[in-house]
Amino acid sequence: MQISEELIKQITNAVVSQMSQSGRASGPSASGRKAPSMAGKARINEEKTSYKDYPRAAKGTDPKEVVIGVGAAFQKEIQRTIGGIPLDDVLRNVKAGIEEEGMIPRVVKILDTSDVCFMALEAAKLSGSGIGVGIQSKGTTVIHQKDLYPLSNLELFPQAPLMTLETYRQIGQNAAKYVKGEQVVPVPCTNDPMSRPRYQVKAALMHIAETEQLDPEVGAVEWEGR
Amino acid sequence: MKRSKRIEALDARPVNLDGYINEWPEMGFIAMSSPYDPKPSVKVEDGRIVELDGKTRDEFDFIDQFIADYAINVDRAAASMAVPSLEIARKIVDIHVSRKEILDLIAGITPAKMTEVLNQLNVVELMMGMQKMRARKVPGNQAHITNLKDDPVQIAADAAEGALRGFSEEETTMGVARYAPLSSMALLIGSQTGRPGVLTQCSAEEATELELGIRGLTTYAETLSVYGTEKVFIDGDDTPYSKAFLNSAYASRGLKVRFSSGSGSEALMGSSEKKSLLYLECRCLYVTKGAGSQGTQNGSVSCIGVTGSVPAGIREVLSENLVAALLGLECASSNDQSFSNSDMRRTARTMLEFLPGTDFIFSGYAAEPNYDNMFAGSNFDAEDFDDYNVLQRDMQVDGGLKPVSEEDVIHVRNKAARAVQAVFRNLNLAPVSDEQVEAVTYAHGSKDTLPRDVTADLAAAEDVLKRGITGVDVVRALAETGFEDIASSVLNMLKQRVAGDYMQTAAILDRDFHVLSGVNTPNDYTGPGTGYRVSGERWEEIKNIPHIIDPQDI
Repeated sequence: MQISEELIKQITNAVVSQMSQSGRASGPSASGRKAPSMAGKARINEEKTSYKDYPRAAKGTDPKEVVIGVGAAFQKEIQRTIGGIPLDDVLRNVKAGIEEEGMIPRVVKILDTSDVCFMALEAAKLSGSGIGVGIQSKGTTVIHQKDLYPLSNLELFPQAPLMTLETYRQIGQNAAKYVKGEQVVPVPCTNDPMSRPRYQVKAALMHIAETEQLDPEVGAVEWEGR
Repeated sequence: MKRSKRIEALDARPVNLDGYINEWPEMGFIAMSSPYDPKPSVKVEDGRIVELDGKTRDEFDFIDQFIADYAINVDRAAASMAVPSLEIARKIVDIHVSRKEILDLIAGITPAKMTEVLNQLNVVELMMGMQKMRARKVPGNQAHITNLKDDPVQIAADAAEGALRGFSEEETTMGVARYAPLSSMALLIGSQTGRPGVLTQCSAEEATELELGIRGLTTYAETLSVYGTEKVFIDGDDTPYSKAFLNSAYASRGLKVRFSSGSGSEALMGSSEKKSLLYLECRCLYVTKGAGSQGTQNGSVSCIGVTGSVPAGIREVLSENLVAALLGLECASSNDQSFSNSDMRRTARTMLEFLPGTDFIFSGYAAEPNYDNMFAGSNFDAEDFDDYNVLQRDMQVDGGLKPVSEEDVIHVRNKAARAVQAVFRNLNLAPVSDEQVEAVTYAHGSKDTLPRDVTADLAAAEDVLKRGITGVDVVRALAETGFEDIASSVLNMLKQRVAGDYMQTAAILDRDFHVLSGVNTPNDYTGPGTGYRVSGERWEEIKNIPHIIDPQDI
């Protein structure tokens, strides 16, 4: 299932059918429309994906390696970022950026945590170079280094709705440059003061959809060539 | 369907760009009261709370345990809990019941009881409560000082102008976190250029923030975040105990600190345990109190997009501000995050704290254009300064700011930019050109300034940490480069932590470095004719807006 527009549609449908079945609706609202509600449900996706049979993510040894740690719902329950960019394209561009700088990307799926800083740090710790990138399914991204504090980082891109494929490519390039020990100019910040009122609820729903897929007992799995 | 032109016009209004969601208690999207919130209860045995809000001690999570052990006055618990919630709510708005009496009564109630009390109050009653319960007699205001380029010269200039405009505290943060040492220095210098005695902080990763504070590059801290469910705490690698420890670390160096919380974070993180936004925020505030903090920054803060999306969300925001005041905490009452595309809606939201007055009406008014606000946008920004000043004048309300003259603005911006240039040169940090100083002096935002050499800046920032540069080095550099007055102010700010008086609840400093807090200037409102009233010199200042018609020109 895809989140955002489709999620909203699903919620609407779920509720409309629930209301007509149970008749618990408190009558039509002033405008005569029925409002979408998920009340009574404890999950967004009824199904939880099992990663038991996936190979566990190993610690890399190649000093040229950059590990990309993606979110639990990445390319499964969620297919597009909050801004609507297909996650396939996101991943392709981050990897291309890393490769353009002569380094080697490896993709793992993080099932321990959906917090992007901790995801990125876990990726960095799995990475042969000690540099990692964490990408939540909604698109929020962090470049991390294995010996930094979790909530510290090399670069943080908190406003997912503003991300473009070009930004994702630059993130890959910069991650690779940190590996090479170059003086890196951080990707310039962008800022839209109105993205919170517009996107925060959607972000919360996407985060719930990601978090409910976590499986800490499995931890992290290899996600490429799956 | 053929569309109504009226409805089409309404659909296109900015308010319809905002996100709204229906109540969903299972995921925590519910403002004041969830069917899953616990019923209030308390049981004390041998001077220890053994039951709290329906849970026995063996069922406690670490938040329950912390609250039971440190945040509730055990001696008062039984008596306070016996008072019906409606009666407590009525006392809160009763001008014949003093603030002191309310504080004593509230000290014995539990988070679930507090939630029940707040549910009895409508927004006007909540404002009446805030007017009486705010800790400091005179309300204050805090600014955000940031920019998209993390340009330290612009930080200094905006800090100077913000201080001139009346902010008592200024907070910075960075797009690129590693800029923190330079941002802190620039903010410290700029603030003291605009008005001596303004407190400054740098919101950064906690260990970095503590180090900057210990070194005297900041003069208070705010970003000690606490959460209402155990899961969210653990996800942040934290517990109430670790936050209390961090609080003590600041206290040991004499620095003012406040905690930070705000409803919606648990729902946003997907770990609300089906509880209402208000109940979870009550837990946060009890943890804050239990950890010995003098105050909090709360009011949904950065999760306002969640709380603002549900029915009664904005009533909930003021409710949580009032809970802070009821617990005797300093309250920096948010309004610091962009909240709505609608000017009408964002203004209405702020009136709830502006009209009764809080210790800091904004815990971050963007003193730069919002495109430069690196907290992702504040509810009011530099382009709203005149609107805000007129609101103060219209309603004869002290919102903490004042009108200023263009000459003064240019003067302090230029002086602050030159001071940073001189200090950076003196300490052999990244160079600042005369052209940069000129551009920043007359700039509105970073679109009007010159690019910085980011690599050189980041190397200098690292250098500040490596060389162990402290606030005293900044004082020396200012004194050696001809900025003796700013040097003296920065030194005075450093002295505050030796005296420690500004660690008292809701403390700010006046331009002579005298502490004004809830202890030596407490709020003494007991109805009409009492408490703080805008009058005298301050009223003249507020009245003096630009663009007033001169009858002689007609």
